[in-house]
Amino acid sequence: MYNEELENMRFDLQIIASWIEPGSRVLDLGCGNGDLLEYLKKHKQVNGTGIEFSEEKVARCIERGLTVLQGDFRKEVCDYPVGRFDVILLSQTLQQIHDPKELLIDLLSIGKRVIVSFPNFAHWSARLQILCTGMAPVTDQLPYEWYDTPNIRIISIKDFKRFLRMFGVRTVREIAINTHHHDYKGTIVRSLKNLRATYGIMMLERML
Amino acid sequence: MSNADGIAPKSPLVEKKFFTFAHSPNEMVLDCGARLGPITLAFETLGELNAARSNAILILHAFSGDSHVAGYLHQDDERPGWWDNMVGPGKPIDTNRYFVICSNILGGCAGSTGPSSIYPKTGKPYGLSFPMVTLKDMVQAQKQLIEHLGIKKLMALIGGSVGGMQVLRWCADFPEMVISAIPLATTTRHSAQAIAFNEVARQAIMADPAWNNGDYYDGSGPSHGLAVARMIGHVTYLSDESMREKFGRRLHRSALSFDFTGDFQVESYLHHQGKKFVTRFDANSLLYITKAADYFDLERGGSSLLINETLAAVSFLVISFTSDWLYPTYQSRGIVSALKKNGSDVSFCEIEAQFGHDAFLIPNKRLDGLISGFLDRVYKEHCV
Repeated sequence: MYNEELENMRFDLQIIASWIEPGSRVLDLGCGNGDLLEYLKKHKQVNGTGIEFSEEKVARCIERGLTVLQGDFRKEVCDYPVGRFDVILLSQTLQQIHDPKELLIDLLSIGKRVIVSFPNFAHWSARLQILCTGMAPVTDQLPYEWYDTPNIRIISIKDFKRFLRMFGVRTVREIAINTHHHDYKGTIVRSLKNLRATYGIMMLERML
Repeated sequence: MSNADGIAPKSPLVEKKFFTFAHSPNEMVLDCGARLGPITLAFETLGELNAARSNAILILHAFSGDSHVAGYLHQDDERPGWWDNMVGPGKPIDTNRYFVICSNILGGCAGSTGPSSIYPKTGKPYGLSFPMVTLKDMVQAQKQLIEHLGIKKLMALIGGSVGGMQVLRWCADFPEMVISAIPLATTTRHSAQAIAFNEVARQAIMADPAWNNGDYYDGSGPSHGLAVARMIGHVTYLSDESMREKFGRRLHRSALSFDFTGDFQVESYLHHQGKKFVTRFDANSLLYITKAADYFDLERGGSSLLINETLAAVSFLVISFTSDWLYPTYQSRGIVSALKKNGSDVSFCEIEAQFGHDAFLIPNKRLDGLISGFLDRVYKEHCV
């Protein structure tokens, strides 16, 4: 069965879902089986579209009545008109993008707002591993070896905020959380975020 | 359920009906400027139109198809319609819920007006005096039928190949009558490669002396040319992979013949397909319909006719197949790309299939699930 109830979704997705205004036009990049879209459609009456690479997952989404395009979202986002979406979701994918800066510029054009979540590479457990072992960290959030990781961008919460300032992107909301890779439960981190949080979530908006 | 002989009765039974319009002096003005009338369309329907007339689905057939989309015409009918695995009670296009209409295209030879029909002026078949019809004309004629049936809006338009082109032509010409559309294995315009194959098929017919400039209806007609045209068509509907798997280099006799009577299974398959086609299809119809498909171009002049504000309210499901080299996936992506610019609700899936262009007609669970899921949503959102 599909998970479409809030508590059955990954913790970062629960936070993201809670930030979505009812009735908004949403684009979910890498929407998987469509659990988040289904939840938003049912509980927030959003007009949602997903983009997903896997044929099987796309088919599952369409079978359950969702609007989903099969393809590489880096290319697919280019055809939409300016301001087509109220909010675009990019969860746990930014660290795998070849041109994250250009992607964010594109997203902030076709969407009014973008919600980004990413694993915080500066979490204390990763720092400690580098310090003590002298080797690339392997943690619950970053469970890969250097030779098989899809994560080609090393981002910390602090790095990302500096990047946003440099490129004139406004942060509408932000939250730091402590949760495991695919866990349904987690906690909100309020102090020493860059040290203690495993994920950062931010809602971004273009500066006018 | 079975009758006295223990044979299950054929179900559902359908009836081929006819609608005639464009009587003189109100002939239909065609894309080419000529006037054509009266026009008859053969059509079949399955299911019941609901009271709100909101559950109608129009299925558009591919170039050699006909109005007999599903079910049986009579109890002794050996084969059901051409998309019986998809359309019927409890099937993905569920006729317990939807009212399905399928009509033979203008220019065809299965009951609708075409080059083999009688030209009222001469009392003989039209032959080449039949005017050149286009996809736009075919869709214009279908619109007359839909209005005649009392339907203002179609819940869905579904078609593959040349049927998919009709779906897109409907969306370009009458977007206000469309709630949703499923173009399958199709394109907004023929590639040079697709035109090339069509031209070879036409030349095969026209090179047959029995074609006689299209005036052959008192004889047997260009059966050899038509068979060769069909053989060429079949090559384009398959794929390298599916032909390798189906035939390989296997022989259809015990040893090489060392003559030209045919050795390989793939040869006898094509001969068989060619011969079978001759018994059911008119050579002139093939000329006209392939030409119409070649002329079809929704991007003429550099701007897409699919970019249209009214289409923002239409939901689309675009589907392509990995091994289709006649209308490859990049052409379906082109459709998607244009529709996204409107802000239309558009879904797209490329189905992994080895059967080439023919894949859209072959039973496929993935295709079933996509179509039934999409229609279910459209029905719940717009038709209840």
